[in-house]
Amino acid sequence: MLAIAKNVTKSFMGTKVLDSVNLTVGEGDRIAMMGPNGAGKTTIVRALLGFYHIDSGEIKVNGADPIKNRVDVLKNISFIPQLPPPVKLSIEELLSFVEKSSDISREKIFAESNRMDLDLKNQLKKPFFKLSGGMKQKLLIAIALSKKSNLLIFDEPTANLDPKGREKFYELLTEIDPACSTLFITHRLDEIEGLVNRKIYMDLGKVVEDEKI
Amino acid sequence: MKNLLLIAYLDVKESLRSKWFYVYSVVFGGLMALFFITGVSDSVVMGFTGLSRMLLIFIQVTIIILPIFILITTVKSISGDRESNVLEYMLSFPVSLKDYYWGKMLGRFATVFLPVFFALILGVIFGMMKGGALPWKMIFLYSALLFSLSFVFLGLAFFLSTILKSTDIALGASFVVWIVLLAFIDIALMGLMLQNRVSDELVITLAMLNPIEVFRIGAISLFDPELTVIGPVAYYLLDTLGSVWLIVYSFVYPIVIGLLLSYLGYIAFRKKDLL
Ligand SMILES: Nc1ncnc2c1ncn2[C@@H]1O[C@H](COP(=O)(O)OP(=O)(O)OP(=O)(O)O)[C@@H](O)[C@H]1O
Ligand SMILES: [Mg+2]
Repeated sequence: MLAIAKNVTKSFMGTKVLDSVNLTVGEGDRIAMMGPNGAGKTTIVRALLGFYHIDSGEIKVNGADPIKNRVDVLKNISFIPQLPPPVKLSIEELLSFVEKSSDISREKIFAESNRMDLDLKNQLKKPFFKLSGGMKQKLLIAIALSKKSNLLIFDEPTANLDPKGREKFYELLTEIDPACSTLFITHRLDEIEGLVNRKIYMDLGKVVEDEKI
Repeated sequence: MKNLLLIAYLDVKESLRSKWFYVYSVVFGGLMALFFITGVSDSVVMGFTGLSRMLLIFIQVTIIILPIFILITTVKSISGDRESNVLEYMLSFPVSLKDYYWGKMLGRFATVFLPVFFALILGVIFGMMKGGALPWKMIFLYSALLFSLSFVFLGLAFFLSTILKSTDIALGASFVVWIVLLAFIDIALMGLMLQNRVSDELVITLAMLNPIEVFRIGAISLFDPELTVIGPVAYYLLDTLGSVWLIVYSFVYPIVIGLLLSYLGYIAFRKKDLL
């Protein structure tokens, strides 16, 4: 198992946002996670990444605790957040952060961006937050795909992309190493239907549906 | 360690591009230049002349503005990144929290300390242009004191930045701390003492705990060994500690407090939810 969440409960200011969530991600799983706004999708993903100290339950990613062994756990995960962060670093600096902290090759990132029609080489000096929404998203995708991970977690990765960008993105996804598992949070199942083999539905902090397709 | 330095380096680069850093450097560098141009260094007041006098005034102004500058610009470093989700992204890469936190702190230290330090050096250069002996002991002491003053307020800023979730609250809290510390420098203490409502011991203790007051006493003791300009509290301290220990204390105490606060901030960073 790549990731296991067992009876995970987490409250924010007295409200249970995750209520005994059980979830496993196995090898080769391609999961579409859905659910209404506020269902707790982002929260469970952040818990898997070690951002939250859960109230009860257990989380293991690649067999390790994501808080106690965060460096080892995060080495094998690629993550794209729901909103592109307003990072003030220039693209050049962001790339060097990514490159040095996670052992990703810059050439690979350039190659992946090119395939999404994102020309990086001419804007290396530009601060990341000054890119357009879609360009940011593309760069984050390129970084995520260039990282050698066995689990990709995408929190609504296509929200900002134009139709063409979306198409390109899905095309890239079909090329992802089959050994690599993916977890997509999305509101549009129709778009990724061909790419997933399992769907999970969350509501009110619980997993209410989990089926193979 | 590699990641710690990387994070420090990137934080410095980010700061160098920001407006606050620009304002910050211009204010301190500008102050020195202003003192020089207006001829503060030429006048003889209370027996101090030239460079010494210029540095003394510089230090007096620094006491007031350096702490608030550091607090305002730094208190947002962690809490702001958390609010804007930058932290979520940056920490989804395999860097340890230790490297991230101390790297940020190291980078920030460089960006807040170096401009004041360079302003001091600028003053020394002005002094050399005028000729005359350089007060080496004083330059060295002031550099050390600026170092420890920067450090204690940086520690405080990181502490507030990690324990308080919202930037606004963190900013508000820093203002309160600054005003309180400033209100308790010698003038207020003297007032208290004269009114005799509180015991002398309490007044002395308060003075010794306040890093701004400690900095002030340390800075002036070198100049005015009798500390006549700052009043009875400092005089009492000088009497009990002796001038050497007073200076050692005024350097070491802020460093210790800064370490303590930044360490508490680090604990909070690790033990509390990151987002
Ligand atoms: N750090 C936090 N502090 C307080 N409340 C939070 C925090 N993070 C999330 N919440 C609350 O938890 C609930 C679930 O949020 P979450 O972001 O997981 O929803 P989501 O399923 O991702 O929704 P969406 O589809 O809108 O992205 C929401 O009610 C939100 O307000
Ligand atoms: Mg969400």
